[in-house]
Formats: sequence, C-alpha cells, structure tokens
Amino acid sequence: VTPSVLPGLALLPAGLAVGLIPLLRARPVLRDAVSVVAALGQTTIVLLLLPQALAGAAPVWQWLPLAPAVPLELRADPFGTLFALVASTLWVLTTIYSIGYMRAQQERHQTRYFACFALCLFATVGIAFAGNLLTFFVFFELLTVAAYPLVIHSGTAEARAAGRMYLAYTLTGGAALLGAVAWTQALAGRLDFAPGGILPAAAAPAALWGLLALFVVGCGVKAALVPLHAWLPVAMIAPTPVSALLHAVAVVKAGVFGLVRVTGFVFGPELLTDLGGAGALAALAVVTIVGGSLAALAQDNLKRLLAFSTVSQLSYIVLGAALGTPEAVTGGVLHIAAHAVLKITLFFCAGSLYVAAHVERVSDMRGVGRRMPLTMGAFTVAAVLLAGLPPGAAFASKWRLLSGAADSEAWVAVAALLASTLLNLAYFMPIVVRAFTGEPATAIVEAPATMLVPLLVTAAAGLALGLAPDHVLSILSLAGRTAASVTSP
Amino acid sequence: MRAHLAVLPPLLALAGALLVALSTPLRGRGARPLAVGTAAAAAVAALAGIADVLARGPQRYALGGWPPPWGIEAVLDPLSAFTMTVVAVVATVALAAGPGVATVYGRSSSTFYALALVAVAGFLGIVASGDLFNVFVFLEIAAIASYALVASGGGPGLLAGFRYLVLGTVGASFYLLGVGLLYVLTGSLNMADLAARLPALSDSPLFAAGVAFVVVGLAIKMGLFPLHGWLPDAYTHAPPPVASLLAAVATKAAAYALARTVLYVLRPDELPVGTVLAWVGAASILAGGVLAVRQTDARRLLAYSSVSQMGYIALGLGLANAPALAGAYLHVLNHAMMKAALFLGVGALAMQGRGPALSALRFGRRASVVGITMVVAALSMVGVPPAGGFFSKWYLLQGAVDATQPGLVAVILIGSVLALAYCYRLTEAVWFPPADEAPAPQTPRAVRLGLVTLAAGIVLVGLVSGVLVERLLLPAAAPALR
Repeated sequence: VTPSVLPGLALLPAGLAVGLIPLLRARPVLRDAVSVVAALGQTTIVLLLLPQALAGAAPVWQWLPLAPAVPLELRADPFGTLFALVASTLWVLTTIYSIGYMRAQQERHQTRYFACFALCLFATVGIAFAGNLLTFFVFFELLTVAAYPLVIHSGTAEARAAGRMYLAYTLTGGAALLGAVAWTQALAGRLDFAPGGILPAAAAPAALWGLLALFVVGCGVKAALVPLHAWLPVAMIAPTPVSALLHAVAVVKAGVFGLVRVTGFVFGPELLTDLGGAGALAALAVVTIVGGSLAALAQDNLKRLLAFSTVSQLSYIVLGAALGTPEAVTGGVLHIAAHAVLKITLFFCAGSLYVAAHVERVSDMRGVGRRMPLTMGAFTVAAVLLAGLPPGAAFASKWRLLSGAADSEAWVAVAALLASTLLNLAYFMPIVVRAFTGEPATAIVEAPATMLVPLLVTAAAGLALGLAPDHVLSILSLAGRTAASVTSP
Repeated sequence: MRAHLAVLPPLLALAGALLVALSTPLRGRGARPLAVGTAAAAAVAALAGIADVLARGPQRYALGGWPPPWGIEAVLDPLSAFTMTVVAVVATVALAAGPGVATVYGRSSSTFYALALVAVAGFLGIVASGDLFNVFVFLEIAAIASYALVASGGGPGLLAGFRYLVLGTVGASFYLLGVGLLYVLTGSLNMADLAARLPALSDSPLFAAGVAFVVVGLAIKMGLFPLHGWLPDAYTHAPPPVASLLAAVATKAAAYALARTVLYVLRPDELPVGTVLAWVGAASILAGGVLAVRQTDARRLLAYSSVSQMGYIALGLGLANAPALAGAYLHVLNHAMMKAALFLGVGALAMQGRGPALSALRFGRRASVVGITMVVAALSMVGVPPAGGFFSKWYLLQGAVDATQPGLVAVILIGSVLALAYCYRLTEAVWFPPADEAPAPQTPRAVRLGLVTLAAGIVLVGLVSGVLVERLLLPAAAPALR
C-alpha cells in the first residue's frame, strides 16, 4: 500500500467536466470538446495507475473522514483498475459516438445530457477505486441519481414512468445495501475491502445469511439479477448511447462489480462456501443466465432484446464470483471487460440503425445489412463473439468459467453456460440472417463517421481481447491477479 | 463578551424582537434587515459559543450573578452550543428568505418579524437554559409567538392556530406537571442539582410519574406520532414565511429539551423510557411516511414528512448509544436545513403559481434554481450521499445495529424508501412541465439565495459530518452514555 494522489486525481477530469459543461451551454463545440478531453484525461490517469496496480503496489488516496475511522478512500488495486480502465476507455468512444448521435437526432437538452454523463463516469471511477464499503456506497448512490436524468431524457410520459421505476428499484436496493454496510461494520468492526474477506468466520450463520441477502438485494438490482431485473429492459427508453455505456457498462457493471467485491473482499470465497451462500448465489446466477436468454428470444424490439441479453450475461460474472475458484473468478472478472466491449458494440449498432434507418425492431431489419454493411458486419462479429465462440473476448472468459465450474463439479453451471451459448446464437442469428437477406424498403446509408468509427473500434477490441487478452491493457493479468488475491490472500 | 456567550443568542433575538416592534411606525420599512441582522448576530454568537466550548470545555453561567441552585442557570456545553447554532443559523436563513412576507402582511410586516424573533428567542432560550422551569418559560414564550404566527395569515390558519394552541398548551402543561412532581420529590429545579439528587430517589413513584409527564409533554411538542395532531394543519395553513421558519426549528427545540431532560438530567435507567421512545420514533417514521405519500397538498406532504423525520430523532434518543445519539443530533441539523429548503421552495412556487396543490406546482424547467435546490434537499431526505441526510441515517443505523435491534434497522431503511416515495412525488410535480407556457414571475432573489445557501449547506454538512461528529457530537453525547 503506497499513498498516492493518482486515484483521487482520476476523479478530477470528470468532476471538472461536470462543472464546465453547463457553463458552455451556448458553445456546443467547446462543450463537446470538454467531454472528449475529460474522457481522455481520465483514461490517461487510469493508465498511469496500471503499472503500479500490476506490480501489486495498490496506490491509496485518503481524504475527509466519512465517519470516525472510515475515510473517503480510493485505492487502485487490480480489480478496481480493471473496471476503471474499461469504463474510461469506453467513455472516450461513447462520447464521440454520443456527439454524432445527439447531433444526428437533433436531441434537446444536450448540455444536461453531457453533464450527467460526466457525473456518471465520475461516480463509476469512484466505485471502481473505492477502498471501503462506505466510499463504495457513496459513489454507488451518486451513480444511481446521476443516471436518472439520462433515463428520462426524452421527457415523455413513458420515459418518466421508466425513470420512476428505475429510481424505485435502485434506491430501494440502495437502502438494502446501506443496511448491509451498517451490519458489516457491527460484525467485522471495519469496512475496508480486503482480499479474502473481512467478516469473522465465527459470526452466527443466521446473521451472515441475512447480511448476504441484503448485499445481494443491494447490488443485485443494478446487476439485474432475476427477479430484480425488471427495471433494465424498461430503462431502454433512454437514448441509445446511454443504454450502451450505462446499461451495458457503468451502471449494471457497478452492480456486478459490487457483488464481486462482496463475495471476494467482504465475505471471501472460503466463508461464503462454508456458509452455503456460494451455492445459493450460483443458483441465482444460473436462473438469471438461462431466464435472461429465454426472455431475449421473445423480443422483437432490438434494444429490449439486448437488455435481456445483458441480464443474462451479467450473471456469468456473478457465477464466477460465486464459484470462487481461481479459474472461475478470473473468468468472471475477465467477462466484465469482454461483455463490456461486445455489448457496447451491439448497442452502438442498434443506435446507428435507429439514426440511419429508423429501425428499432428486429422484424423491420430485413436487408439493412446490405445497405449498412460495416454496421451490420460489426454487429455480426460482436454477436458471434458474445455467444462465446472462439477467438472472441467472451470465449476467453467463458472458457475459464467453464473449466472453473467443471473443476468444482458444478455441472448445473456447466450446463447453463453451454445452454446459454446456444440460446445466444438462437436469438442473435435470426437478426443477422434477416439483416443480410431481402431488399430494404428505402434508400439507407451508413450512419455518420462519428458513430461508425467507435463501433468498429469496439468490435475490433472484442476480437483483440479474445486473441491476446493480456496485450489489451493487461486485462488478463489484472483479472488473474484479482482472482489470485481473493482465493489465496 | 466571551463570558456571556451562553445567554447571548437568546438575548440578541429578544432585543431584536423589541427593536423590530418599536419600528412599527415605519410601516414595515427596515423591519426585515433589522430582524435578519439580529438573527445573524445571534447565529454568530452561537458559533462563537461552539468555538468557546471546543477551546475551554462546558461552562455554567449564573444569570444576574445569583448562584445555582437558587438563581437561574444557563449552560453552554457541546450539545447546547451545537443546537443553538442550528436554530440561529437556519432561522436567519428562513427569516432572510421567507417568501411572500410583503404579500401576506403588507405594511405590518414588522408584526411578523417581531413575533418570529420572539419565537426564535424562545427556541434559543430552551436550549440555553440549565433549569427545568426556565425551559417551560421559554417553551411558552416560543409557543405563544408560534400560535400567533400560524394564525397571522387569517383564513384556515386561524383554526389551525387555535388547534395548535390547545394541543401545545396540553403539551406544555404535561411538561409543567412533570417538573412539578420532580420538584416535590427533590426540592430543586436546577438541572445539575437534580441530576445529582435524583439517583438516590429514582425508585419513588413520583419520579416515574414526573418522567412520564415530561416525556409525553415534549413528545407532543415534537409532533411525534400519535401526538402529532396539531402539526399538519399548523404547517399547512401557516403563511409561507412562517411555515419555513417553524417547520425548520420549532420541533428541534422540543427535541433538544427532550434529549436534555431525559438523557442528561432524569436518566431513568430503571424505566423503559428509551425503549418506548425508540419505538414511538419508529411508529412516527412509518406513520408519518405513509401519510406523507398519500397527500395531494405539497405543504401537508412536507408536514407529515416532519412527523416521519422527527421519528428518526426520537429513535436515536431512545437508543441512546454513542452512534445513535450522534445520528439524532446530526439529524437535528440536517432536518432543519432540508425542511427549511423544501418549505421555502414550495412556498415560493405556490405564491407564484396556482397554489400549493401538487398538481398545481408544475413549473418544469422554469423552476430552475428552486427546483434544483429542492432536489438536493429531497435527496438528503431520502438519504443519498453525499447529502447530509445520509450521514445522520448512517449513524442511526449503526446505533440500531449496535443495540442489536433488527426491527429498528428495518424501520430506518423502510423510512428511506417512504421518503423516496413522497419526495419523488413532490419533485416530480415541480419538474413536470406546466400545462401552459405563460411565463411565471421570477422567484425573488432572496428566496433563491436562501435556497442555494441551504442546498450548499446540506452538501457541506455531509462532507464534513465525520469531523463534526468526532469533534462536537460525540463529546455532546458522552455525558448521556451509561
């Protein structure tokens, strides 16, 4: 543990952007430039932290005491660095994509949109680097609130209803999480995240079960665990870049990130397995994996389909954390990055289809691939890779999950992972086939370059992450180190 | 001056009231700056009191040089210095920003400011006092001014004021009866003296009866469920500047009196006072929250929210361990700020628009500053960090967990969800686009300034709450711990 200002500094670009963007209301070009610069700045600072995180130095920055003996603490350990890297780099691409999308759509309230986006990324970096549960909670709740104006962006009655549901789910989950944090303080006498857990094994099992239930509800709402997932498909009313970054990366990943922190750094795999909680959590994850995929099969609206696919895919990560073996945890943590780049590609494609062809439904996609070959090409690549076929990013993570599950003889989990692969193909392939067959009704051209380039980059990143998972920002090393620290502290 | 800090804040407010009353022939000119100025001076004196307590420790002040237990004593310790500061600072902002004084009172605005300062002097006096009977005197000073203030708008306010008077007097009488019984038992009214004498006499039935009367009387004044009957009407029908002042500080002074008498003087260890208080607080949180969710009038919604939020304070006082007390005291500050902000906002919008019904509060983006600051206050009410309200709930939760009271933990969390429901209804109503695009009159600058100050205060208190609790509130709680 080395004191360093860098983890705190990582909050600065987004924080400054939140302040500057409303001031530049009248100068849209400068305002959007601020977003891009902030995203690049945040990425740079996180990249500067990468070597130290890989070396196991875990730079720590402490500020105000949030409560006696509990400071606001940001710590760049491998796991947090991985999440911060994924969120920051994808923020750069999403900002560029957003600028294209918002201008092409001539959306109103763009200033509010970009300011809230920056605030969401501020909170996400805080979540990633949070060194204790109270710090984590502060940023977790901030993210909930900051994302609300983005969900209701269009201001229609439908969007407001979606926003109401989103807040009701997430803030109620927040209340449960707060209860869990207070209880942890009482049981463990401390709130910091320590690999392998902080809870005493001697605590009463009933208390630990209650605590686990509160944590799972608290983080599970954002992680869209069945049956707490209902808000996510409804929140797809938001502009597509919001769905892409927040509902595929930042918000939902904050939930699964929190679950991994809880299983690995608060309970610890050993205590969780002894308690029997690991099995329960794995069962919940299996139900969500299969249920989410089955629900996706029934969707015609493309974004809702992607949302249910997200529900399913997020639980791969939860499953990895629950299984608790080095292989499985590595696979789960790696899937945070893998799902992020692939799902954001799919959402980017959905947004491009909407902007360029006004297509929202799968049934309206006949032939669009022949007019928009780059977009649909990227979509096809991302879909196939997300299903887990080699050599994609999701293969790298799923393979480790599978072998981890097989090692611990969790055959139900193995079956669920395999079934989910087939289901993924079953709901993605008809889209691809439809897009490349038949003639589109009207003349359509590709979306503007600001939208096209980001989605091609993320599709390529999805491939690269599968081919050489350790050469893309050392993601595999970070995942491996996380798993090693958790399973053998 | 430094020697008189214990009594300076109430005296300044009282002197201000006199000056404002004397300015009546000026037909309201100069009343506002005079009132705000003296309230601000009281706030500065109270802040200086905190600095003094931190530097020199608690002090006892004999009024007129008469030594206790015969003379009247004032006490300056961490708890009283903190509470005086809360009352004086928030009252200053509420007086400076109170919307619609000119509309409601016209040229007789000096009446409003004079009465308001008498009430504030009463609240500050309750806090400064080191003598049980003197607390009663100030309770009545504050209450009589408050009854007049609630009724001062006329209309339904008259009936609400009368109802407040009847129930408030019942509360004060209960308190006085209790103090009388304790006087019979001990022959003393001085707090420190009583605290020294009572342990030997605590198995007397007189003691139990005295404690019961004191607690019930002050619970009425705090507006705790099911003794809250006066509160919703009083806050709903009081003129806007009155509502934002009283809702912010009136119940807090009563809460202070309850904490001071029960936890620091009477200390009824043998009686189940703590348990009763904690569960009455819990009932208040739930009942107030459920009733708030059902309201269609924004002011009444906020009034029931007060019942709920005072429940948090009662719950903390009932648990009476270190984190719970710190949480309760911190919530006195947080609730004063957020309730003042919400009543100011609702009052200002209601006066510019079509009244205080939720369905009529639709301002959309035109609400701008008012709307944003109300959202900050609402987030604090729900308990979203880094707003201050989160931190008071955090300490209360810790207190409940430390006392192994899972039921109370659940109530605190459910209370947050209820607060989410009613705050959401309120803020969504404000932010809903108006039916017509007719330009609304601009919110007065003073209101906007007051709201921004309160919103900034809410966040700032959240950020420095760790320091505040460690330096001031835990020392304040220490003498009350068993």
